[in-house]
Amino acid sequence: MLGIIRQKAFGQSLQRIRPVASSWGGYSSTSKQMMVREALNSALDEEMSADPKVLLMGEEVGEYQGAYKISKGLLEKYGPERVLDTPITEAGFTGIGVGAAFYGLKPIVEFMTFNFSMQAIDHIINSAAKTSYMSAGQISVPIVFRGPNGAAAGVGAQHSQCYASWYASCPGLKVLAPYSSEDARGLLKAAIRDPDPVVFLENELLYGESFPVSAEVLDSSFCLPIGKAKIEREGKDVTITAFSKMVGYALKAAEILAKDGISAEIINLRSIRPLDRPAINASVRKTNRLVTVEEGFPQHGVGAEICASIIEDSFGYLDAPVERITGADVPMPYAANLERMALPQVDDIVRAARRACYRSVPMAAAQSY
Amino acid sequence: MAMRMRNVANHVKSRMGLLSVTNHGASFSSSTHIGKFLAISPPVRDFKNPDANFSKIATCRFESTKADSGRLGSQYSSIDSNQVLDFPGGKVAFTPEMKFLSESLKERIPCYRVLDDNGQLIEDSNFVGVSSEIARKIYSDMVTLQTMDTIFYEAQRQGRISFYVTAIGEEAINIASAAALTIDDLVVPQYREPGVLLWRGFTLQEFADQCFSNRGDSCKGRQMPAHYGSKKHNYFTVASTIASQLPHAVGAAYSLKMDGKDACAVTYFGDGGSSEGDFHAALNFAAVMEAPVIFICRNNGWAISTPISDQFRSDGVVVRGQAYGVRSIRVDGNDALAMYSAVYAARQMAISEHRPILVEALTYRVGHHTTSDDSTKYRSVDEIERWRLARDPVTRFQKWIENNGWWSSEAESELRSSVRKQLLNAIQVAERVEKPPVANIFSDVYDIPPSNLFEQEKWLREAIKRHPQDYPSVFPL
Repeated sequence: MLGIIRQKAFGQSLQRIRPVASSWGGYSSTSKQMMVREALNSALDEEMSADPKVLLMGEEVGEYQGAYKISKGLLEKYGPERVLDTPITEAGFTGIGVGAAFYGLKPIVEFMTFNFSMQAIDHIINSAAKTSYMSAGQISVPIVFRGPNGAAAGVGAQHSQCYASWYASCPGLKVLAPYSSEDARGLLKAAIRDPDPVVFLENELLYGESFPVSAEVLDSSFCLPIGKAKIEREGKDVTITAFSKMVGYALKAAEILAKDGISAEIINLRSIRPLDRPAINASVRKTNRLVTVEEGFPQHGVGAEICASIIEDSFGYLDAPVERITGADVPMPYAANLERMALPQVDDIVRAARRACYRSVPMAAAQSY
Repeated sequence: MAMRMRNVANHVKSRMGLLSVTNHGASFSSSTHIGKFLAISPPVRDFKNPDANFSKIATCRFESTKADSGRLGSQYSSIDSNQVLDFPGGKVAFTPEMKFLSESLKERIPCYRVLDDNGQLIEDSNFVGVSSEIARKIYSDMVTLQTMDTIFYEAQRQGRISFYVTAIGEEAINIASAAALTIDDLVVPQYREPGVLLWRGFTLQEFADQCFSNRGDSCKGRQMPAHYGSKKHNYFTVASTIASQLPHAVGAAYSLKMDGKDACAVTYFGDGGSSEGDFHAALNFAAVMEAPVIFICRNNGWAISTPISDQFRSDGVVVRGQAYGVRSIRVDGNDALAMYSAVYAARQMAISEHRPILVEALTYRVGHHTTSDDSTKYRSVDEIERWRLARDPVTRFQKWIENNGWWSSEAESELRSSVRKQLLNAIQVAERVEKPPVANIFSDVYDIPPSNLFEQEKWLREAIKRHPQDYPSVFPL
């Protein structure tokens, strides 16, 4: 199970077994592999089975089995009353989902990508996020908004934006970003059961990735707590925070840094709002250095919030300035080479970590390891 | 004044035949069950005479939306009846004649009314009867609403509350539509329908408390004045965003349908709101999902300063219903009896047939848009006064109930002075009640308060303790 299979084609999903991390409790020879897509599908299936109030709505979720096949088999199992193929109006079906949530149902609204959620953002913010507060707690909104977020491969400016910081700035929402299959299952189940509106940011390129899952994860009662980050890899020299696809990149960077004697602690945020400030602070107080990693645009991003939080809580512990690695401050270009340079790569994370550790950094922009 | 025979009804008697739009010699059948309201059967069509059918189109809005070759008959001189296109939704006939559907019908959709401008019942009218008790409650609630709006508006002008929205001129829409519903029907309002909440039992003190956002406010001081909400009255909290409530109502109606409840969702919006994308999505979806929801459009002629001629070029909002496959009616919004009847009928259809209904109520926004507006800047004072005096829905209904012997001038003066006194008292009381506690800043953001809000509240209280001179002592902790 320790074999590492790596495919280095750009944009292809990486099939690999996760390296040992003590927080995983070691390997079990009975843990099976599960794709993130399967993890999401099984979570939806189990929650819909357990609670007849849960329903799924979105474009192509029914007959087409889901634009990315996440809802495969659900229409057949639960029927058209609970798996609704909607007309093309994000504003419309989001508003309807919110209205259904106002009165007793638990809708899961799927956006084909979160880029299209902008056409519905009034309902997400003004109707879903704020209604419990505005109604003085009389109306609750147990709704989940989910779909792929961030860059895929070669899909251009209007299909590649990361919305984590937009939604995470709004009180009343919870914002989750799973990485592994365990994250996908546990966090989606938690989101569906949560009485508050949850924005669930998946990643298209992770759908096809497989991760080992233990028997506990496979159990239908499995659930992860919202608001808790996960230490994917323990370290003592520098803290690197990441979420979604970037967790994988950060872990690869950690392996490279280890060869240079830099022990990096990788934090998988899992929850963007609420942010696990205690965990990040505890880690920085241990390592004294911080690098934040995200795919999204730099200004007002998740890294900016983490940096400000650390300075508020742990300024005295920092031995180096906090650095944020983000996507480029441009709409996403299409050409493969341009796209690669507009997104963080493993080398960018490695160089940032080295800078934080006062190591000299090679001048060449692109280096392969 | 001699009482018309039709008016004598001490118990509810339904006069069916609501489907037949009366005196046009229509070839429709109408169900006429006195005392019971059954699902309305669709009208019989005269297939042999397509012309007759087409000229009736303008007057009958209850037909189903199946394609009907008879309908096209008079518009197209040659229909190739041998070849049809078997298209999803029904067969479509071909024609070699190139003809564009006109952008407007020859005649505007007529407006259903039952009481004339003087409160006299119109001959041969169809309506749903009301008992004297209901009629008196409708009237006194209309008077209460009108008085409340006047007094709260004045309170804002005096600086006692920061903001207010009146519904002057639209009392019949507010109260009569509410009267036609049951308490189980979900009301998803815009912001000019406090009368629906009033009908359902929200007290004058509760209205005042919300406007003053004091400790007694059931909305915990969270919202601007007139943004009421009450779960126990099945009245969803008012939101400021225009037309966002329309798809909400459809979703809630879908939930009701899944529960199999004998109830529907009812949502209100204005002529301006019909321009929003949410209007399109809501009607389209409601038809596709077969949701039991009533869409009530208060077409009052103005969206702040935008007159309807700048808002749309269709014949109002009622014509759009058919485009979505939604049954629709145009009603005189200032005729309380017509409003009551139309909403009553709409509710029956919505629930028994699982379909959306669109009701366009024509009326006039006598007041300003809100207290932040001075409408004399963009419309003539004459126009406002004409509607306020000559077309007042309250006096119109008053004349009708007086004619029935259900009301008197003594009852009138007693009602008006009592309501006025209660309102002034409610304001005085509300003004003196203290403001909501500091804890209300932080609660209800989430189901369970998160740790960061606990911390923030703690820091805030510490700051207040350390610097009491910076925090007004009148604000409770």
